[in-house]
Amino acid sequence: MQTVIAWATRNRTTLVLLGAVLVVAYVFYYARQDIAPSMFGAAWDYAIPLVLAALVGVIGERSGVVNIGIEGQMLLAAFAGFFAAALSGSMLVGILAGVGTGLLAGGFLAVTAVRWRMDQIIAGVVLNIIATGLTSFYLQSGQILPGVIPNLRVPVLAEIPLIGETFFSGRSWVATVAIILAVGVHLALFHTRWGLRTRAVGEYPSAADTAGIDVERLRMVNVTLAGSLAGLAGVYLSMDASSSFERGMTAGRGFLALAIMIMGAWRPLRAFAMALFFGFVNAVGSQLQQTGGVTIPPQLLGTLPYVATLVVLAVAAGRVRPPGAVGQPYVKKDQ
Amino acid sequence: MSDRTPQTPPESAPSEGTPHPEGHADASADHLAAVATTDAALELPPEQSGFGKGVIGEVLLDIQGLSKSFGSVHANRDVTLNVRRGEIVALLGENGAGKSTLVNQIFGLITPDTGTVSVKGDTTPIRDPRDAIRRGIGMVHQHFQLVPVMTVAENMMLGHESTRGGVVLDLPAARQMVRELSEKHGLAVDPDAEVDDLPVGTQQRVEILKALSRRVDLLILDEPTAVLTPQETDELLGVMQELANSGTSIVFITHKLREVLAVADRVYVLRQGAVVGEVAAKDTDATGLATMMVGREVVLSIDKEAASPADTVLEIEDLHVRDDRGLSAVNGFTLSVRAGEIVGVAGVEGNGQRELVEALAGMRKVTSGRMTLGELDLTTANPYTTHHAGVGHVPEDREKHGLVGSYSIADNLVLNEYDQEPYAKSGVRQFTAVRENAEQLREEFDIRSSGVFQTAGSLSGGNKQKVVVAREMAFEPKLLMAAQPTRGVDVGSIEFIHRRIVEARDAGAAVLLVSAELDEILSLSDRIAVVHGGRVVAEMDAADADRTEIGRLMAGDH
Repeated sequence: MQTVIAWATRNRTTLVLLGAVLVVAYVFYYARQDIAPSMFGAAWDYAIPLVLAALVGVIGERSGVVNIGIEGQMLLAAFAGFFAAALSGSMLVGILAGVGTGLLAGGFLAVTAVRWRMDQIIAGVVLNIIATGLTSFYLQSGQILPGVIPNLRVPVLAEIPLIGETFFSGRSWVATVAIILAVGVHLALFHTRWGLRTRAVGEYPSAADTAGIDVERLRMVNVTLAGSLAGLAGVYLSMDASSSFERGMTAGRGFLALAIMIMGAWRPLRAFAMALFFGFVNAVGSQLQQTGGVTIPPQLLGTLPYVATLVVLAVAAGRVRPPGAVGQPYVKKDQ
Repeated sequence: MSDRTPQTPPESAPSEGTPHPEGHADASADHLAAVATTDAALELPPEQSGFGKGVIGEVLLDIQGLSKSFGSVHANRDVTLNVRRGEIVALLGENGAGKSTLVNQIFGLITPDTGTVSVKGDTTPIRDPRDAIRRGIGMVHQHFQLVPVMTVAENMMLGHESTRGGVVLDLPAARQMVRELSEKHGLAVDPDAEVDDLPVGTQQRVEILKALSRRVDLLILDEPTAVLTPQETDELLGVMQELANSGTSIVFITHKLREVLAVADRVYVLRQGAVVGEVAAKDTDATGLATMMVGREVVLSIDKEAASPADTVLEIEDLHVRDDRGLSAVNGFTLSVRAGEIVGVAGVEGNGQRELVEALAGMRKVTSGRMTLGELDLTTANPYTTHHAGVGHVPEDREKHGLVGSYSIADNLVLNEYDQEPYAKSGVRQFTAVRENAEQLREEFDIRSSGVFQTAGSLSGGNKQKVVVAREMAFEPKLLMAAQPTRGVDVGSIEFIHRRIVEARDAGAAVLLVSAELDEILSLSDRIAVVHGGRVVAEMDAADADRTEIGRLMAGDH
């Protein structure tokens, strides 16, 4: 009990804020039953790949590695997943191919940026360029998916008004996995041995090294494994949110995810909240378009999430502090 | 542990013990007298506590013919040394003598080119720190290896975490471990404090406890006293003594001869990467050690005439300045400096000295208060105006504020004046003038380099500092501010820089010397101001200064 109170006191700002958001959300939900449920649904749909991609960023940067190649990792995975499924005729093969491709793309960044100590930004950009090139070159039109990713209705939780119908029903299990991963990465980062070591490696690698931790290996493992989450995000895009692969279909989500990671202060659950916020901004944009009450060109409305990114980043900048060693390859003393 | 009963009178041990292998007969009596009062020794089996076997035991660390090169630089050449159980061995040498390289090889951070390091008879090469830790080696690093944003408990368990189910961190257990260790060694720390918020002295304790949180037979301390007050240093030396008494071997790097003589059993002196001497601490003195370090007689004290101060040059009144985090760092600082005198600001680092100097140099905004240099109001001045008003500034962080590492020595020597005649005419740089200036200063300030166009970044610490000092003194400033002017600088260069500072004073400059080295303050200053908590807590003539008294004031006891 005491620990619960201590925890609540420590996180009171977050809790108050969370409460306020919930109250507003529920008031809106009951006041506008006509549009609110669909808006919340759209917000979460938009947020799912962003949550996954932001987690990739969080794991990477918490270990000290900037991953600007999330965009490319997602795109490669979306491509591989879609065509593997279409050509093999099995959704499962597609999903495994997508996640596996994400893992490989993560491994690419790990080898170039960590093992070879290539500039991390450049390694990420290279990854993005390779992804764009490969997926455009090998693109085949006319392929269709053999099926759909099954929906998952979480018992009990699905009954909660608003939250249940948004998060726990009517969506594929990828959505549920995204929630589990956000909570899981949070717990792992702050309450496990792996998390302590990861944060040490990203914050002050020489301290970790002298404590007997293999900095390079931990970074490589983390960056590679995080790639699988980017893979899942890619799978979601081409096999769940839509059932086709299109050129450049990630549309900047990998970069948006980095912004979300920063606004979420490199914390998985805050990043989750931030992704939802973006989803909601986007949903507001679409809603305005549909109602037609305002005469704003749709292209301009489409920029809403990005404008919001700029505004929030401008506000957040200076208030949040990145991990101390982010972007710096760790070089041992005699190398 | 149970085979040792506490009733055995430890005092009887010396007579029964075999004579000390190094012949420390009288020292071992003292040693054991000290042991008798420590519980730590009683907890150990006889072969570790030293009772009944003589104080200093078998060879624990044996290094044979160790060499290491970085490119064309021989950091270590054919180093052979050993450390026995329960012995404190000091490694002494100038900057760049290869001491840190040597201990980093013992700890597995650097792999030797040739030679062997054997620990407890095990000669297999030490692969990495993990391997070193496994063999019972602990190290307290010169730059603290603590994660600033984590708590003391988190830092202490890093690498050997207490967990539930092998995965989930068990913080209560870590806290308990911190408390127990802290109590056992008499080093108070709060397990839940974030390292970032701790003063350096406390961070040092955390470093030591962190090393001791694992089973340690050999503890390496790399310049552990560099950032400590005299009192904290004494506390640390006490802990070292106690650890040695309970059977831990200690390898200890320092520049400070006083500490070596106070605590070490044996001293190895390194010069240019090689061991040039080995001596029992009781058989030598400060002059002997310094001579071995430098290879020639060193003047440890500076000969200077009495000061003949003239008019007041710098006046600071009730100055308030904030630090980077927006916290009040300088709190009502008042001081004046006259032409022809050296005023030393003594204090533990982090008591507002850095902010004070930066404010004076026009690099940091002043919250309130007054500071004037003759007619000029320094509170609104910027570095350009202060320089042109005649302020020379040797900054604390020479790499960041003193030099542009990628520029040549010549360009660094005109950083303040590059746009002035004769170095530029009508906006065009005059390279001949720049070169001639550089060649003259290089000669005058004994900057050892291949030429004036060598990049400043490639110079050794001492020579970099000479470039900064040369630039800031060459224009004959009215006020010379020197912040930690000899930090990380070898003995020969220290001597040289000290002499130049005194010469500047004799030429009529007002000198404000800020240093964490009490010895430096005591030997250079004419007047001493002791700072604590961002304000002057005492001001005295250097002639009346008493080391212990200043140490006490520095620690905030006033």
